[in-house]
Amino acid sequence: MATLPLSSSGAPGASLEDELRQAVGAEQVLTRPEDLFVYEADGLTHHTARPRAVVLPRDKTDVVQIVKRCRAHGVPFVPRGAGTGLSGGAIALDDGVIIECARLDRILRIAPEDRFAVVQPGVINADLSKAVAHHGLFYAPDPSSQQACTLGGNVAENSGGPHTLKYGTTTNHVLALEMVLPDGQLVQLGSPTGSAGGYDLVGAVVGSEGTLGIVTELTVRLSPRPERTETMLGIFPDVVSACRAVGAIIRSGLVPAALEIVDRRTIEAVEASVYAAGLPTDAGAVLIIELDGPAVAVGRQVERCQDHCREAGASEVPVARDEAERQRFWRARKGAFGAMGRLAPDLYVHDAVVPRQKLPEILEKICEIGDRYRLRLSNVFHAGDGNLHPNISFDRRDPDEMERVLAAGEEILRTCVEAGGVITGEHGVGTEKKEYMGLLFSEADLDAMRKLRAAFDPDRMCNPGKMFPATRFCAEANPKARGYDQVPFG
Amino acid sequence: MSASDSSPGPDLATLLPGTLDCVHCGLCLSSCPTYLETGRETSSPRGRVYLMRGLAEGKIPLAGVLAEEAHLCLGCRACETACPSGVPYGALLEQTRAAVERAGLRPTWARRLERLALRGIVPRPRRLAALMTLLAFAQRLRLDRLARPFLPKRLRDAHALLPLVPPASQRRRLPAFTKAEGERRGKVVFFEGCIMPELFGGVNRATLRVLVQQGFDVLVPEAQGCCGALQAHSGDLETAHELARANLGALDPGDVQAIIVNSAGCGAALREMDHWLGDEASRVASRVRDVCEFLDEAGLRGALLPVPGRVAYDDPCHLVHAQGVSAAPRHLLQAIPELELVDHDDPSSCCGAAGTYNLTQPEMSQAVLARKLDSLEPVDPDMIATGNPGCLMQLRAGAEGRGMRAEILHPIELIARALPPSPPS
Ligand SMILES: Cc1cc2nc3c(=O)[nH]c(=O)nc-3n(C[C@H](O)[C@H](O)[C@H](O)COP(=O)(O)OP(=O)(O)OC[C@H]3O[C@@H](n4cnc5c(N)ncnc54)[C@H](O)[C@@H]3O)c2cc1C
Ligand code: SF4
Ligand code: SF4
Repeated sequence: MATLPLSSSGAPGASLEDELRQAVGAEQVLTRPEDLFVYEADGLTHHTARPRAVVLPRDKTDVVQIVKRCRAHGVPFVPRGAGTGLSGGAIALDDGVIIECARLDRILRIAPEDRFAVVQPGVINADLSKAVAHHGLFYAPDPSSQQACTLGGNVAENSGGPHTLKYGTTTNHVLALEMVLPDGQLVQLGSPTGSAGGYDLVGAVVGSEGTLGIVTELTVRLSPRPERTETMLGIFPDVVSACRAVGAIIRSGLVPAALEIVDRRTIEAVEASVYAAGLPTDAGAVLIIELDGPAVAVGRQVERCQDHCREAGASEVPVARDEAERQRFWRARKGAFGAMGRLAPDLYVHDAVVPRQKLPEILEKICEIGDRYRLRLSNVFHAGDGNLHPNISFDRRDPDEMERVLAAGEEILRTCVEAGGVITGEHGVGTEKKEYMGLLFSEADLDAMRKLRAAFDPDRMCNPGKMFPATRFCAEANPKARGYDQVPFG
Repeated sequence: MSASDSSPGPDLATLLPGTLDCVHCGLCLSSCPTYLETGRETSSPRGRVYLMRGLAEGKIPLAGVLAEEAHLCLGCRACETACPSGVPYGALLEQTRAAVERAGLRPTWARRLERLALRGIVPRPRRLAALMTLLAFAQRLRLDRLARPFLPKRLRDAHALLPLVPPASQRRRLPAFTKAEGERRGKVVFFEGCIMPELFGGVNRATLRVLVQQGFDVLVPEAQGCCGALQAHSGDLETAHELARANLGALDPGDVQAIIVNSAGCGAALREMDHWLGDEASRVASRVRDVCEFLDEAGLRGALLPVPGRVAYDDPCHLVHAQGVSAAPRHLLQAIPELELVDHDDPSSCCGAAGTYNLTQPEMSQAVLARKLDSLEPVDPDMIATGNPGCLMQLRAGAEGRGMRAEILHPIELIARALPPSPPS
């Protein structure tokens, strides 16, 4: 292993690593080359950077200590949850230290009457819903990775999920945060009652991709479980007709809990996996519709959705027979990304949002782009939100293919932005899309963001190298690119 | 150790294809007991697969973190049933452990202990029986307890797990042939296992009793031997393959419906024999069935007697994750009148027994066991049912340690209890 540079600012002779070991215990500090090797990537495998050390705090005092020592040595640090992020957010650039929050995994308080819970950032998303189920409550944001991803990561990425359509993203469900600022101070933002007055700093931190500090406690909203939930599958001959059904359902004024489209290639992969749910492998696309609410209302809505689907060309619209089947449908939907791994060693999960009415046309363009670059591209996405996830299966060891993947990815993003869309719906910018920020934001827009960042982290010690383009000049930056002048959002 | 020991040998290249199935999605993380315990990516399935790929691609050595992780991994394969991409984790682990073994990278005591036990005793019925006789004798005279303080720590831990060895009369092997009762529904081979008849003879007799009562002729071929699972898990693939080959002939008398196994670990190994021996083994491998799975498929005939009580069913890893059997034992138990099946959290997570793991990694084993007991304790079941000898021992020791009153049983024992008494023969 390369010898580690000694710092000028720390105690004489003591390396940062030694100080960290002393502060939090030797067991909690990983420095062997292979330890660091496995932390070189998150869910985005083709962006890698090895940390200089990984530290596992056991409580917030550990976090404060770690941050202070890193600062003293001038070494940047990066919070990390489960590393399921898809934009390279949890990798450490600039020889930084990873602060692995996975073991801060305690649910501290459940307040069923006030409908909130206080949790540590390493709590796994799905575990919270499980823990509050007996109160008739659940935590609404449900990323497809919910069985593994942490609530801390969710806050940082402002994660959404299939149920975002009705329930909103993480930001709608975080009431208060406790965090360690990049200078080592522990602060409380927001309040469990919702609004606390003053600037909405909770809102600023949600979606900040770990660049404003390290969240050590979250107070999140719990939602009451709806009286009745029905899930059905619209079986369509192709993706375009499934998109038409989505348009018709939304236009009719219905607000389903979820509207998800899975295309044929994805169905095939899922059905070959442990998450197989009996989705028809001969369908061109499946539209998963979930309706929830008061029992009487849901019953009527089911019929209306079925009608819309049939009119748009669905051959069948079966409703899940029981809770077990419903769970199988969702497991299949949520295992879809991973199942694509069966096709090739790597998977690039894209993430962009387009206005709903343009879905059919954009999807066609995206498939054309995939074909033109000779790539295996599939689509599984949050159709109700216009949030696309074109997935490209590839092998990062093949430089030619890698180049085509990146070129196609860029073209896809440009296509979405030109149609009035945005470059990420829920996976964040990270290292992956920082150079595309200029497609969407003017230099002045970006400067406003930089100022906010500087207010929290003037020295850019916390997760540096993410979210902001390295180059300042962006010729294309132009609000028109966002289609503000033509297409209303929503 | 020379440098060449840790460089990937030609056979390590075979690791690569399996690791390429991993897209690094992380969906397996929360199913992994060692990750949940440590929070370390290195101790997670994704991290371990990444290390294996790194080894196969020559980026990292075998010695060090990977060798340690290969043995800190429980081999529970919960990651396999969580993985949407179909990463063959069990096979990758087996190859990695074999490489660790070949390179001589394990602590000497662990190798010696396992070699002695897994090559010298377990697969040799006479020696195993002799040892058990000795142990039974010592236990009756309480000599073992007297000796305890003088034993090295690891043997003390092992001692704590060991159940009372049953008297010799209950350690007899089963008859080579037992005729079906009532209308005959078919003929099966029963795989007795090596530890089972010694320590869990009652479970084997219950299995035989149920099969026969349900109308199956049962053959117990004398030439059958140890399945090789423990040897393979410890990295000794050579012995494992030898044992499997010996079983190939013994277990295949031709015209039987199924080869019935009641130990999840053995069942998984026998079912995957073709991974070791190739197509020649697939005839045998494809007919292996867990006893509960077989009975559930065949359907229980006749009325069952009540077995009152609240039962928590805990899935053995090598049944649920390696063989994909989880509904069958529950179905069978639910069919028993007055038996109430109660739910506990994470029934399909590992109990920490994991073959010889509780001896080689006592600390992690205890931590994993503690999680399991934490989920079982609040349910306060009258009985806990699980279908694997290692899990039975681990849960018995664990439940006793916490003063839990639950009786720990194999599900087939509960089914046997629900059968009407045999007709006088
Ligand atoms: C199969 C799969 C499906 C997915 N589905 C969805 C989906 O439906 N919707 C969706 O929105 N996303 C989805 N994602 C992306 C990913 O799961 C989310 O971004 C998730 O929130 C990341 O959580 P994590 O714990 O893995 O965080 P990580 O990947 O570890 O980190 C993500 C970011 O959070 C920061 N961070 C982590 N912990 C903290 C903390 N304590 N304080 C401050 N910052 C912190 C990190 O610095 C990093 O920038 C999916 C990913 C996969 C692999
Ligand atoms: S086999 Fe078990 S312990 Fe090993 S990596 Fe898989 S889940 Fe973790
Ligand atoms: S679930 Fe499978 S593909 Fe995903 S990280 Fe784990 S082993 Fe890899």
